[in-house]
Amino acid sequence: MVELMTKSPCAGLLPITRGALSLSEEDAGTVTSLASYDGQAGALSEALQAAHGVSFPAPGRVRGQGGTLCSWSGLDQAFLIGPEPDPDLSRYAAVTDQSDAWAVVRLTGAGCEDVLARLVPVDLRLRVFSPGQSARSLLGHLPVLLLRQEVESFLILAFRSMAGTLVEDLDTAMSSVTARSGG
Amino acid sequence: MRLPCPVCGERDLREFTYQGDAVRLERPLPTAGGDAWDSYLHLRDNPAGLTRDLWQHGAGCGAWLVVTRDTVSHAVHSAVLAREARHAD
Repeated sequence: MVELMTKSPCAGLLPITRGALSLSEEDAGTVTSLASYDGQAGALSEALQAAHGVSFPAPGRVRGQGGTLCSWSGLDQAFLIGPEPDPDLSRYAAVTDQSDAWAVVRLTGAGCEDVLARLVPVDLRLRVFSPGQSARSLLGHLPVLLLRQEVESFLILAFRSMAGTLVEDLDTAMSSVTARSGG
Repeated sequence: MRLPCPVCGERDLREFTYQGDAVRLERPLPTAGGDAWDSYLHLRDNPAGLTRDLWQHGAGCGAWLVVTRDTVSHAVHSAVLAREARHAD
């Protein structure tokens, strides 16, 4: 019998280190899109709280920590990242498993804001974009979801089919920032 | 050019796609007749001054917006969610 092996989106591409900056792939667990039905936003948030201990996030916000994250990801939509979704959630929202659709990488180190400033047209400086915030935007030409959980660390979700471009663009920017700083 | 998305805040133009005149929100009834449908599908004003456009924030929250802007001064006055603009009419 054929044994199928799981291949992660960035297999063979990551991790990389450039000076003080590092980029690594994250095993985020299950990624589930939650899009509340009309008028069910409150009930969805309560069901989320009961099942997973996080409420439905406001636009641009991340709830939870550790193995269970819930990040806003679009108009009336959030991603539950980590656990298998409770079946009860599907009473209030369109629940879609997107685990295999996303490449999830983590950029860490001093200067990670400078790396993203070269690629993302959103102000990600600490005083504007602090831990607990998220944003949908572009990284180069790629649509991405950016999550900030710590001061010097960003979680970046991009479409799996574009993982190679994601890593190449980030690698180039990381190398440039490192060269500038004399690293 | 930057557009004030009511969900995401002020964002760069490259995150948005232009989707035509906001008159598209005012679809005539199926029985409205040929003239109304001809106007809805094909006839557009070309104002020098205030104009209402549809823009989609495709690389952001995904929302369709009605943006009020000035074609002479290039000032962007406001952006509201299209679903709310339609309900307000």
